[in-house]
Parts: sequence; structure tokens; C-alpha cells
Amino acid sequence: MTRLSGIFLRPQVAALVAVLLMNWLLFPDFFDLTWRDGRLFGSLIDVLNRGAPVAILAIGMTAVIATKGVDLSVGAVMAIAAAVAATLVVGGQPAIVAVTAALAAGLLCGLWNGVLVTYLDMQPIVATLVLMVAGRGLAQLITEGSIVTFSDPVLIYIGTGAFLGLPMPVVIALALLLLTTLLVRRTALGLMIEAVGVNKGAARLVGIPARLLLIGAYAFAGFCAAIAGIIVAGDIRGADANNAGLWLELDAILAVVIGGTSLLGGRFSIPLSVLGAVIIQAMNTGILISGLPPEFNLMVKAGIIILILILQSPLAAEAFARRMPKRKTAPRERTMP
Amino acid sequence: MAQAQGAQAAAPPLLQARQIGKIFGQHHALDGVDFEARAGEVHALLGENGAGKSTLIKILTGALQPDAGEVLVEGQPVHLRDPQQAQGLGIGTVYQEVNLLTNRSVAENLFLGRQPTRFGLVRKGVIERQARQILAAYGLEIDVRAELGSYSVAIQQIVAIARAVELSGKVLVLDEPTASLDRVEVDKLFDVVRALKARGLAIVFITHFLDQVFALADRVTVLRNGRLVGTKTLAGLSQTEVVRMMLGKDLSFAHAIGGGPDAETGPAVVTFDGIGRAGKVHPFTLTLHEGEVVGVAGLLGSGRTEMARLMFGVDLADSGMVRMGGRVFALRSPAQAVAAGFGFCPEDRKLDGIFADLSVRENIIIALQARLGWFRMLTTEEQVDIAGRFADALDIRAAHHDMAVKLLSGGNQQKVILARWLATDPRVLILDEPTRGIDVGAHAEIVRTINRLREDGLALLVISSELDEVVAYSNRIVVMRERQMVAELRGEQIDPATIVQAIAGQAAPDQTPEETP
Amino acid sequence: MSILHKTALAGGLAVLLCSSALAQGLSGKVVGFSQIGSESGWRAAETSVTKAEAERLGIDLKFADAQQKQENQIKAIRGFIAQGVDAILVAPVVATGWEEVLTEAKEASIPVVLLDRGIEAPEDLYLTSVASDQVKEGRVAGEWLVGAVGDKECKVVELQGTVGSSPAINRKQGFEEGIAGAANVSIIRSQTGDFTRSKGKEVMEGFIKAEGGGAGICAVYSHNDDMAVGAIQAIKDAGLKPGTDILVVSIDAVPDIFAAMVAGEANATVELTPNMAGPAFAALDAYLNGGTVPEKFIITESKLYTPADDPQGEYDRRKGLGY
Repeated sequence: MTRLSGIFLRPQVAALVAVLLMNWLLFPDFFDLTWRDGRLFGSLIDVLNRGAPVAILAIGMTAVIATKGVDLSVGAVMAIAAAVAATLVVGGQPAIVAVTAALAAGLLCGLWNGVLVTYLDMQPIVATLVLMVAGRGLAQLITEGSIVTFSDPVLIYIGTGAFLGLPMPVVIALALLLLTTLLVRRTALGLMIEAVGVNKGAARLVGIPARLLLIGAYAFAGFCAAIAGIIVAGDIRGADANNAGLWLELDAILAVVIGGTSLLGGRFSIPLSVLGAVIIQAMNTGILISGLPPEFNLMVKAGIIILILILQSPLAAEAFARRMPKRKTAPRERTMP
Repeated sequence: MAQAQGAQAAAPPLLQARQIGKIFGQHHALDGVDFEARAGEVHALLGENGAGKSTLIKILTGALQPDAGEVLVEGQPVHLRDPQQAQGLGIGTVYQEVNLLTNRSVAENLFLGRQPTRFGLVRKGVIERQARQILAAYGLEIDVRAELGSYSVAIQQIVAIARAVELSGKVLVLDEPTASLDRVEVDKLFDVVRALKARGLAIVFITHFLDQVFALADRVTVLRNGRLVGTKTLAGLSQTEVVRMMLGKDLSFAHAIGGGPDAETGPAVVTFDGIGRAGKVHPFTLTLHEGEVVGVAGLLGSGRTEMARLMFGVDLADSGMVRMGGRVFALRSPAQAVAAGFGFCPEDRKLDGIFADLSVRENIIIALQARLGWFRMLTTEEQVDIAGRFADALDIRAAHHDMAVKLLSGGNQQKVILARWLATDPRVLILDEPTRGIDVGAHAEIVRTINRLREDGLALLVISSELDEVVAYSNRIVVMRERQMVAELRGEQIDPATIVQAIAGQAAPDQTPEETP
Repeated sequence: MSILHKTALAGGLAVLLCSSALAQGLSGKVVGFSQIGSESGWRAAETSVTKAEAERLGIDLKFADAQQKQENQIKAIRGFIAQGVDAILVAPVVATGWEEVLTEAKEASIPVVLLDRGIEAPEDLYLTSVASDQVKEGRVAGEWLVGAVGDKECKVVELQGTVGSSPAINRKQGFEEGIAGAANVSIIRSQTGDFTRSKGKEVMEGFIKAEGGGAGICAVYSHNDDMAVGAIQAIKDAGLKPGTDILVVSIDAVPDIFAAMVAGEANATVELTPNMAGPAFAALDAYLNGGTVPEKFIITESKLYTPADDPQGEYDRRKGLGY
């Protein structure tokens, strides 16, 4: 498990620590945790809780990007899943039916994307753009343009409840992270996905079911988006078709990129993508508590992201490697003598 | 050297290249190549893939600059910076893929970039009238206002030629212009080329269809491995001689290094029974035996790669069946072929073979892993063991097996792909051009490996343009020509001269291929 | 559901729309209405109120949904002109680019009334514009808060709308004007919640953490009700009582804020009425039947609602409007 020990040396970890320290400087109580009503409270928990939807999206997005694709529709799929779940519970269905239906809707959306990309050979960015635009319309159709407010305790628990002292969204995101990482790294799925991302034609020639994997990746991304959609709806006790998940696909892609997975496909790391999502949220929370006028929000965010991306660029990695003469865990950069 | 038109023998060639050299990295793409095109001749340029044809053409048309030698236009040395400049000097090029704007009218395409204008306005009426006149000279009477894309490729090709001739007017380079045309269209195109020749243009014609060369060209220049093999007048030359120039430096080399054609072969492993696909390969029947190498000879475009793709389920056959160990089935996917114990090293290693960003180890175990399925993952220890074993067996030289495979040399990459298939313990191995583009040392190793695998009892099918190589390791050789299996040679027939004849389609060999039942 | 809405409207609207009881003379007239789309609950309510209002007055309303595109609106207006309608209502999606098509309407002598948003065009191109005064909305909210807290020290956190949008700018300005006279009321934190419920909740969470668990916050002022609903949840999650520990004042008067008032969790909201059509039809009636040219800018009422104003009744009335 050299990978695990190597993870602490990654630039992403350094970036997270830097952002957290900055938050601490802005707000000295940042790391304070208190225990109340059987759960933890504190800014740090807020970061994890608010970052959970994007982290969940990023888990699915990592699979898609590893296959050399991208899924722009996850934000809209969140809205669809939220709309389905909310409309069903408001219509008197039990929560289990609503949640199952919402997850199925997400899966279906993902399958649709996968079929467009795989069988119709559309470019991923175009194929998923279709659902990005149409999906939100579909969600609005389901909610008839209004915010569907509900009071179903199960859905609300998914969005705002706590388990073992942690907010449910965080628990769900952690569980998904663990399961997915085990699934791709304890089986050959991860290697096969990387093979498809690096060279789809060659993957087919060695007998990897490339099309099935591609469809699977998009379906999984849709499924993850549905989970995020249910969480967001539960959080505000309502499905807001206009705003649920709006632009979150971009945050998810950014999280994956910060996590070091190339948009050209191939090597991927789901834990690092989740770390990317946490970095983004830590930044958002930092801006919120900084007291800076909101006009600066986007500028500050853009500046920090550029800094992070520069830090983990190959150029910076080289400079870093030169300063640290011996590193056991970086054999891939070495070339043949 | 005889000239097609004696009167112009004294005048310098319209286009001439002297001692051209071009190096990409460490690879000599061209080395000391001479070439000339005279007014009123069609000069064919021939060579297998990687011979240096396209590099030479790019240098002659300004798309590349030579590292050595010089280009002369009408006897004057010139420095061609880009295709526009070459055009200005009279050298026009038409590529296989028509690179005009298919969504604009024929007339606009003819005058693109040089429309006659008045007060800055394009004079539509004028260009349409002129376009009609120009095309009439090429025997085309079409509506010049219609979109170019609404016409057939052949007509688009002629429009492209007309445009190139109007722009340049001295030398016309045709880069595989007939690849996507049918017979009638080819004839029409040839009429146009002959008319241009009569107008005194020099025409450089690149193709790999031999009969077209003989039908149209006056002289032929053959390149092999970046070197000039020779320039000959076609009159009095046989197809066999041209094929020999393309494939082998000399036909008197030693026979068979390994067990060769006389080695004992074991029982049949698999029979491809009447496998074929319309438009790709005519149905063929071929049985592979244990401990046997079947060589496949044929020129580029003869259907040899297409045949291999059908045998591995990459393309789906629309006729025939695979018989293997009492089972009869149709191959539907490479995954099925892998499960049946086949392995396939594709022709284009970069495009279809290696996973550039994955490690050497992963590249070696990937096919075995795919065969085991996603759930049963090879542990890291197993991977290290397997990669180590096969890397040693094939002498793959890599600093370590966790490095990206893209950092290895071409020869080592090819060995990685071989190792990948050997790791699956295959019964049948299909190798398409396993020695292309790799250095001499690795070349010999791969040939040795092929021999050893045969001794180990594998059934191998090896496609190669290197005649001496095929002769050296094959027990049997099948010859492909025009998408058909035209000959199957055994024993004494395995001889470069016989193969060349079969490729050229001249003397019919005694033994015809197995009949389709 | 839309049929359900209509039946609810029949009952609910009579009270809400009595302001336009004058408009008798529009019966049988044909009026074209180019609506932006249905991007928010308020917009949907405006559409249904306009349709109900037209039905009540016997107007033949031609409705066109532009789906957020100006080109669709221009097409619709041209269509209305070609049909020879008696008047046109437009809720313009953007402020610029209207001169040409409005000139065509003017040449055809068809009066045009703008609803809820202004445009940048010569004023003679339209009859009048009916809109709310966003600054006033903010001011009403601010004045309410000043009155509600009396002499007590009150630190306010503000949830702004989308940065740079005109309601965010104007409602901020209005509120600041409203509290300008009271030295004891001050805004201590202000962040954008993008007009959405989830961002409202997230930002409020941050405010509470940054202000010592919410102890230092006396009130939250939200530029719309949706963000306020999110903020209320954040306050509850932090173990505080919204409406008591932290006062909640916002703008729009959508049904869910009345539900919160019923629960004692919201204190005041300023109405942005969806009934822009009522004053518009009244002006058209006066113009078409009496030749009276109305004022150029008709400002709708910015009515304040508090728990004293029958929130349950307001909730029920509004729920059917498509919010």
C-alpha cells in the first residue's frame, strides 16, 4: 500500500492544509468543535457537510473523466432526482418509494448519457450538454415551476440528520467513497476503466468490454447525482428545480481536476477527487466567514484555484522533486537511462 | 535512361530533388533520395508504408523542410517554406481526402482565396462563368452553383485537380487520388490526368495499386525504408520486377533460419471456414496447426490486415464460421476471441496496441486480467510475478516495470505487447507487422521469438511486408491480392521469387488455396 | 394540477384583485401577453393571476411564453401586431433591444404596457410600465425592523440576492435607507445567497458560526423569501428559535414564508405582488375607453405582512397561484 502512504505527500493535501489555515487566520474559532444534541458542530463539520454533495458528484465524475469523458448533466440530474423525490412524498408516497424512484431516475439519466456517448458515438461534452439543458426543464416540468416543499422525516433526515455524530450527507459521502474505492481498487474495474480512458481501441482489442464500462461510468455518475439531489432537497426540505445543483457540475469537474485526474482520461483517484471537493468547499466557507463583500467571492475563489492548479502542475512537481532529492514513491517520472 | 518525350530531354526537369535527407528524432525517414518530374510525364512514386513516400511529397510541396539535399524548380534551387510558396512556383497538390469546402459552391471552391473582385465585392457572375469554362476543359458539365458536397468524390477530386492546376500549372502531385473511387471513376480521372500530361504538366502519382501505375505512368520511382531503390521507365518492366523492388533488396538470400517450411506441424487448432466480409475481404478458408507459422504476404491494401481483424473479431465477418476443437461459432468480439485463446498484435502499435500512460506491468497483465474478468483481480504480487516472468523471457529492457510504457523504445513496446498475449497462454497468435518500425537488433529478437513460440506449440499467423523475414519463419505462406487469398505456398514453393510472382498476380502457383465448401 | 389551480383561483382571487374593479370596459377586447417564462414561482403566479384577471374582465388574452428568449418575445409581439390585438402586455426579459418592435406596435397604434421590469427605450414607445419599487420594498422592511426592535441594540445579518442584479442592489439600498435613522440597528455581515434556499441556508450557517453561535445576531434581513426559508432552517439547526432569538424579515410574500409565520418562525415580509396585470388593465381601460393617458410609471403597492395579517389565510390563498 505505497499509494496510501504517498497520499500525504500530495500537493492536494498541502493545498487543503493551506486553505484551512487561512480560514483559521480569518476566524480563530474555525477548528472549534462542540457536541450538542448527539452530534458534532463546528465550521469544520460545515465544510464537510456543505462539501458532501459536490464530493458525491465528484466520485461519479471521476469515473466518467477517467474514461476520457465528462458529464455536464449531473447538476440537472440532481434537480430531476430532487423533483422526483419531493413530488412523490408530497403526493403521499412513502419515503422509500420516493428515494428509490429518484435514484432510478438518476440511473436512467446516466444510462441515457452513456448510450449517446457509446452507441451514437457523440462527444461526451455534447451528449451530456443535451441533458444539462433539457434536464432542468424536465425537473421544472415535474415541480411545475415552483419549489415543492415537503415535511417527510426520512428525506429531511437524509439531508439534515446525524449518524454517529456526523451529518448524514457526510456519512453518505464517506460510505460512497469507501465502497467505490474498494470496488475499483479491490477488483480490476479501476485498471479496466483506466485502460479504456487511455486507449479505448486497444482496450477493446485486449478483450475489455469497453462499451459496457463506458455506459456503466455514466450510469454511475447519474446515480451519484441522484444521491446528491436527494441530499440537497432534504437539506432545504424542498425541491427547487431552478436552483438545485445549478453549476455544481463545474464544481465537480474542478474537484476531479484538483484531485489530479487528467481530463484526457486514464489514471484516476477517487479519494483525491473527494479531497478536491473538500478544498473547494473549505474555500467557499472561508469566503463566507471572512466578511469580505460578496463582490469579491468569485475573484478570490478563482485566484486560489489557479494557485492550486499551478502548484500541482508538472512544472511545479519537477521543481518540487529537485528540492527533495529522494522520493521513493515517484517512479513514474523517471525515464530510461 | 530513356525519356518519355525526347524533345524535352535537354530542358531541366520541372521539379527535382537531390540527395534529400530527413530525420525524425533518431529515425532516418529519408536518406539521400533523388527524384525528378519532367514536363509531359506521369511519374509514379511507390513504396510500402514507412518507405518515405509521404515525407518526400511533403518536402516537394513545401509542407516539410529537408535536413539535407535540395529542391530545384526548373533547374533553379529553391527553399520551399510552405505549400503556398510551392503553389506560387507552380507545384499543386491534391490529396486523397479532398480538402476543399464541401458546403460552398463548386465555383467558389475553384476560386477560393483569389476571387475576382470589383470594389471589394466578389463578382459572382464572373466566377461562375469562368468556372464553367475551366471545368468544361476537364469534361465536366455540372452546375457550378451547387454545393461541392452534393457531388461524388470523383467529381470533387477533379474539381480539386482543376483548382490545383489553375493555381499552379506546372507540377501536379496526386497523393493516392484513387483510394476511394470505383473503376469507372478511376477511368474518368485517368482521362483527366492524360489530358493534363498532354498539356505538358509534370504529374507525380502516388498510389499502391500496381495496375494503375502500369496503366497511367511513364516512369516509376520506388522507395524502401527511406532510401531510393531506383527509378525505372515502365515500358518493358514487369509487375514482378516492381514488386521485387518494393519488397526485397535481393532475392538470393538464405532459406529459412528456423525449422522452416519442413518442420513437423501438429494437429489443427482452428479453422477459419469461409470467413469474409463484403467490401473488405473475400471469403477465405484457413486452418492453423499447433507448432506452425503461417505467413501472410501481400502489398499494402491487399486485405491482409482486414483478414487479421476478421480472424480476431475486431470487424464482424458476414460469412463463414470458426471451427475449433469440435465447436463451431461466429466471432462477435475480441473478448470472445481472447476467451477462445487467441491473441492479436495489431499493425498500428501506438493506436491499437499500447496503453501509453499505463505501466509496463499493467500493459503486460491487461489481457490476462480482461480474460479473468473484472471481479477476479490479479494481486500486485501476481502482477509483478507475471510481468517479471514474461519481461525476462522476451528480454524487455525497462528500468522497472512501474514506469509508463510510453517511455520504452518501439522494439521494447512491441515485446510488451507480445508478452501481454503470452501471459494469457494463448493457442493462436496473430501478429500484424510485428517488426515494423523497430530497430535491427529488436527485429532479430522478434523473429527468434516467433520461432521459439512455434517450437512451443503455438499456432501463429504472421503478416509482414518483409519477404525475407516471412520466408525465414513460415511453414506455409498465404498470399493476398486485391482482398482475396490468391495462393497458398508450401514446401519448395516458399521462395521469394514465387511469392513476388503471386503478389504481382502473374504466374499462377501450382497450389491454389483451400476451396470454400 | 393546472385545473386544480384554476378552481382555486376562482375562489381566491376575488379578494386579492379587487383593486381593478373599475375595469369594466375591456370586455371583448383582445390583449396579447408576452411572458418571460416560468423561471420562478413568482413568475408562475404572475402568469396565473394575469390569466385569471383577464378572464374576470372578459378579456380575450393571447398568452405567449418566451422561454427566457428576447427573440421569442419579439416574435410574439410581431404576431400580436399582425393579429391586430387591442393592446399588448410585455414582461421584458432584458432591458435593451426593444426600439424596433415597439416602434412597429406604435405605428399600428397598439398600446404597449410593460410589466414588472423596465427597459432602455424612448418613453413614447410604450403607454406605461407597471412595476414594484424595489428600493421601497427594502425600505419598508427596514422601517418595520426599526419599529419592531424599539430602542434595543440590533445587529443585522443580510442575505443578498445575486451579486449585481438590480433587486439585490435596490433592496439593499432601500433597507439601508430604512434603518438609517436608527443608530441602534446596524448591518454587521452581508453575503450573497444567490436568491436560493440552499445558499441562504449555507450562508446563514456561516453567519451563525462567525457570530459566536448566533448570540450576536438580532435579525436576518433576506432579499427574498426563499433565502429566508433556508436561513430559518439554519437557525433551527443551530439550536436557536427563528422569529424569537433571531428576527426574520424578507421580501416577496411567497406562500412558504406565510407557513413559517404560522409556525412563528418568520416575522415580516414585504409583498412583491404578482398582480401587475390589474393596474395594467385599469390603465388600458382608462386609455382605450376614455382617452386618459396614464402615468408613465405605475408603482405597485409594497404591502407589509406580519403574523398579525392572517398568515394561514394568506398561505391558503397564495398556494393556488402556482408559486
